[in-house]
Amino acid sequence: MAGALFEFLLRQGDNVLVLGHRLSEWCGKAPVLEEDIALTNTALDLIGQARLWLELAGEVEDEGRSADDLTYTRDVRDFRNLLLVEQPSGDFGHMIMRQFLFDAWQVENLKALRASANLRVAEIAEKSLKEALYHFERSRCMVIALGDGTEHSHARMQAALNLLWLYTGELFAEDEVDRAMAKGKISPDPAGLRALWDRTVQDTLREAALSAPDCAFTHRGGKDGRRHSEHLGHMLAVIQFLPRAYPDAQW
Amino acid sequence: MAQPTTHQVWKWLDKVPDPEIPVISVVDLGIVRDVIWDGDTLEVVVTPTYSGCPATAMITIDIETTLRDRGIGNIRITNRISPAWTSDWLSAKGRRALEEYGVAPPQAAGGPERCPHCNSKNIRKISQFGSTPCKAQWRCADCLEPFDYFKCI
Repeated sequence: MAGALFEFLLRQGDNVLVLGHRLSEWCGKAPVLEEDIALTNTALDLIGQARLWLELAGEVEDEGRSADDLTYTRDVRDFRNLLLVEQPSGDFGHMIMRQFLFDAWQVENLKALRASANLRVAEIAEKSLKEALYHFERSRCMVIALGDGTEHSHARMQAALNLLWLYTGELFAEDEVDRAMAKGKISPDPAGLRALWDRTVQDTLREAALSAPDCAFTHRGGKDGRRHSEHLGHMLAVIQFLPRAYPDAQW
Repeated sequence: MAQPTTHQVWKWLDKVPDPEIPVISVVDLGIVRDVIWDGDTLEVVVTPTYSGCPATAMITIDIETTLRDRGIGNIRITNRISPAWTSDWLSAKGRRALEEYGVAPPQAAGGPERCPHCNSKNIRKISQFGSTPCKAQWRCADCLEPFDYFKCI
């Protein structure tokens, strides 16, 4: 159980850590200043949430690893984030589409986790949910504005959706860690979030004049660490270079 | 030295400015949740506003420095995340100070009530986010001035 709880906490923490980093890559590069600020503020929230999850993961593991240790010294195969969040950002529309698909899931995930039998998990979920709802409000509006925008913006949003859709099945995939967490009433069964997510996503896509591809295939291997895409390693090289090269470096 | 009362400590903390919006104190912001004497150690319970707010570390240092300057030697600052911080915890004094400073205070309706510069209600949202995690950007369509809105969460 302790091992499964550690894995579960890494999944929660790594999702927001990796997506937070992807968002932070937009700092100074977004199409307009307001969007630049919005993306980096969202990144800040997510990285703050990652610290809460990973601190707790370190406590549960009980081997003296801090949130920083878990971030800076684990190798690719030890990361437990969804493949969706590690994909390169592509263009601005692509970034927004990914954020929307994730936010719509994360809101339902965190709502369910508020009722966790583990009080610390429930507390982090309650705190994170407030921020996630705010992110969702924005990413949803942006998907509608760009999807139902110009011919050009519509085409880019549809292309992003076609590509990213293949990574959404992993949000609801279930394995032995999920079963242990559901049994201990720590986390809901991932498949149970699907209907809520589907409704939100389909309603928004309709408003955005976009349509999800009719394809049942899904990429898997992020949350269990078995088959991360090559992109995560490149991202970790950026995140981890300094603490690995200069392990004694202090701010 | 006699142990200062917690009432006195609250008054001191009300002089510690928020590092990002210095016209309001950390008490006005509602992040100081409790002040307790545990023997000769003073415990201050702090609830952060946003998970990643970079000002949180600064606030902890400012609180500690203020209390040390007042002669309190043993201080323990505890982080409490539940119940989660809400903009409802902003004090009435803090809300007034924000508006005078040019930041529209949070409203349950989700947007500012009026322009903090000219009081016009003819206002528009520019962006859901602003210069700090706790603010959004709005603009007045009458006086044309942009202004910050303290997000309601």
